[in-house]
Amino acid sequence: MAECIHCGQDCGKNPVMWDDKLFCCNGCSLVYQILSEKKLDRYYEMMPTPGIRLETDNETGSRYAYLDAEDIKLKLLDFSDGGVARVNLFIPAIHCSSCIWLLENMTSLHSGIMHSHVNFVRKEVSITFRESNISLRQVVELLHSIHYIPDINYNRRAKDDHQKANRRMIMKIGVAGFSFGNIMLLSFPDYLPGGEAIDTFMAGTFGIVSFLLSLPVITFCSSDFFMSAFKSLKKKVINIDLPLSIGILSLFLESTYEIFSASGTGYMDSLAGLLFFMLIGRWYQNRTYQSLSFDRDYRSYFPIAVTRLRDGKEEFVQLAELKAGDQILVRNGELIPVDSVLLEGEGNIDYSFVTGESIPVAKKSGDFVFAGGKQSGAAIKLRVEKEVAQSYLTQLWNEDNLAENGKQQMQTVITKVSHYFTLVILVIAFGAGVYWSFSDVGKAVYVFSTILIVACPCALALTIPFTFGNVMRVFGRNGFYIKNTDVIEKLTQADTVVFDKTGTLTHSRTMDVQWQGEELSLSEKQWIRSLARNSTHPLSVIVTESLPVSVTLPVDNYREITGAGIAGRVEGHLVLLGSRKFVAGTDTPAKSVVSSVFVSIDHKMKGSFLMQNQYRAGLYNVLAGLEPMQMHLLTGDNNSEEQNLKTYFTPGTQLHFNQSPVDKLDYINQLKERGRNVIMIGDGLNDAGALLKADVGITIADDIYHFSPACDAILQSSGFGRLQDYLHFSRSALHIVYASYIISFLYNIVGLSFAIQGLLSPVVAAILMPLSSISVVTFASVSVSLLSKARKF
Amino acid sequence: MSVIVVLIGFSIVVAAGFLVAFLWAATSGQYDDDVSPSIRILYDNDKHPVSQPDDTPKQPNINTNNV
Repeated sequence: MAECIHCGQDCGKNPVMWDDKLFCCNGCSLVYQILSEKKLDRYYEMMPTPGIRLETDNETGSRYAYLDAEDIKLKLLDFSDGGVARVNLFIPAIHCSSCIWLLENMTSLHSGIMHSHVNFVRKEVSITFRESNISLRQVVELLHSIHYIPDINYNRRAKDDHQKANRRMIMKIGVAGFSFGNIMLLSFPDYLPGGEAIDTFMAGTFGIVSFLLSLPVITFCSSDFFMSAFKSLKKKVINIDLPLSIGILSLFLESTYEIFSASGTGYMDSLAGLLFFMLIGRWYQNRTYQSLSFDRDYRSYFPIAVTRLRDGKEEFVQLAELKAGDQILVRNGELIPVDSVLLEGEGNIDYSFVTGESIPVAKKSGDFVFAGGKQSGAAIKLRVEKEVAQSYLTQLWNEDNLAENGKQQMQTVITKVSHYFTLVILVIAFGAGVYWSFSDVGKAVYVFSTILIVACPCALALTIPFTFGNVMRVFGRNGFYIKNTDVIEKLTQADTVVFDKTGTLTHSRTMDVQWQGEELSLSEKQWIRSLARNSTHPLSVIVTESLPVSVTLPVDNYREITGAGIAGRVEGHLVLLGSRKFVAGTDTPAKSVVSSVFVSIDHKMKGSFLMQNQYRAGLYNVLAGLEPMQMHLLTGDNNSEEQNLKTYFTPGTQLHFNQSPVDKLDYINQLKERGRNVIMIGDGLNDAGALLKADVGITIADDIYHFSPACDAILQSSGFGRLQDYLHFSRSALHIVYASYIISFLYNIVGLSFAIQGLLSPVVAAILMPLSSISVVTFASVSVSLLSKARKF
Repeated sequence: MSVIVVLIGFSIVVAAGFLVAFLWAATSGQYDDDVSPSIRILYDNDKHPVSQPDDTPKQPNINTNNV
């Protein structure tokens, strides 16, 4: 097999040659040419085959013309003073060190570019350029020409917020670590034999310095815990942060009292240490996939601008400004952003993002066209029927925004545990306080506060971040990307799985092909193949791939009629390939959704290729592995596949056909009303509502950086065969969490037994509290990694 | 012995200096991307291609020679 030097894919039988090197396609060789011309060929030395292959052709045409419009430009640019401008572009294709090198050497590609800087984690490149030399549109087109296609939308706020939160978290950890280290140094005499003998002046100074050092800890570092505890109190629920805050506060107040009354040295070292560990836990938990988006709304799917026709002139308007009645122009490869009526041109619309079905749908003028499809072929003129926010799909999305807010806060294990935990601790503390108050009131206050101190559930609070945080990373390594750790817990509670069919259970790109009709001779097959390879239509590509490879014969009089078929003369024979109407002239209503491509040679009908969806490898195992969960299937297709599906699903499974996006959403609602915990697995925009509404919405994607509807988890399609393993793994992880809880309870019991007797000294606290946290963290991390090895993840 | 108090004062000032340096690094975004700096350091500056770009961006011509 010859590998393309650019992208590493198989070059096939007819490689493109350039500079004595082999390429799989023209696109790849063109990028090589551009780079070698600019002496940037080190790109290929740093990493083998670093390039990106484009499936479609590379012509940008006027695709980015909207970037010339002033108002759009202003919104996209980070900075512009008229001469120099800076833009930050999200490029999902960034994947290796060669990418970084090339993108940071863009100055060599064009003199107008002054500086470029890559943020690999966010997959962004920040480009500073001279506006007099190069326009924003040209910058984007330049990136496109080397196959680094930016994903342009306004939706960058969420990422910036994430970055801000992350920076703040790091600062808090730094401050807590600083205080922890210094207070520990000052508290050290307490831990040594003879420490009591230290003179009072020194002890007093140490105490006051510790107090000063703990001030930033109790104000800046603990603020998140206090805020969250306060919020949960307002909602009248008890979350883990409430007992934590009580513990932190009593630790601080008791220590302050001891220091200033010179009755002891306090527990400031434990306070700073605990916050240091807990902040690290939070930070670890929040380290999610910054370059993936789980909360995309329709705005990031649709283009930011469209071509509007007004008085015969083309102009670019932002999507939101589009009004019903406007006329818009949609070119090859562009998305149809609104529900509209086709006025002019032949629509050949690919709804694969919406339904998962990759075969384009033909539309005639006068037809109603739903938003979300991609036009392939010549430009079409459309009349806007509804504004963007009112379109069928977007409306579904808006409804769901309401649904999302109403998405019930699940009773997580941790909230349940903290609820009882807090109550029990308060009862014990008050009980012990009352008991001691009969003999010694001062002692009673001391016992009360030390019980709260030692019961501080830090170990509990660390369990989930480290167990589920590690599970999340194990899943991520295997192509299953989870939004946050709550999702893992929801996975363990699920008892119902709902599948979409097209694109989810079936492959979205490949299909099973069967020939129906009279046997074709070898030369006939060759003619068909030679004809079909001229077309980029998905069905033609499938036909080409299904036929044996042979010499490619020249085709004369090649014609392609959009939505109908292709025709041409091969070795003197007229070959027609396409719909029944196109090939035979008669049209019988299709009985099934199975696509067929009819063939005639020299006006003689030969038969047809039947294309059937191909089920994903491992589907049988997945379904068997998910037993005994209840399974449902929802599909927008008709029931022609029913028999086939029944071989996979167990007899009791409910299969529902002809489901609209709203039906799917309602179905999930019904299931939830019946008290079921639902996992929805889908792929297209038509599942968007159902994905949001389900307890866990999982999107299947071939390319995880590509657009996917809002969801809780993204599953790379190659990982589909292990779906059941992920669920089982989550359940085992929950057992690890329970085991960690037991460990931390044991420590608590030991600590409480000291505290109730009024014997808790700073030394005991300083040993017991970090020890419990560390042992829980170690246990959680080690068991998850052992488990992942055992399950071969 | 009370000289220790002075020493502690000094040590905290020094530590605070490092803390400020850390906080500055965090706010200036040095911890935002922990992958590319490790790669970037390996590039040889002297091997940077000498650029003599012309002022018009070269648009790739699709239908050239290599078909």
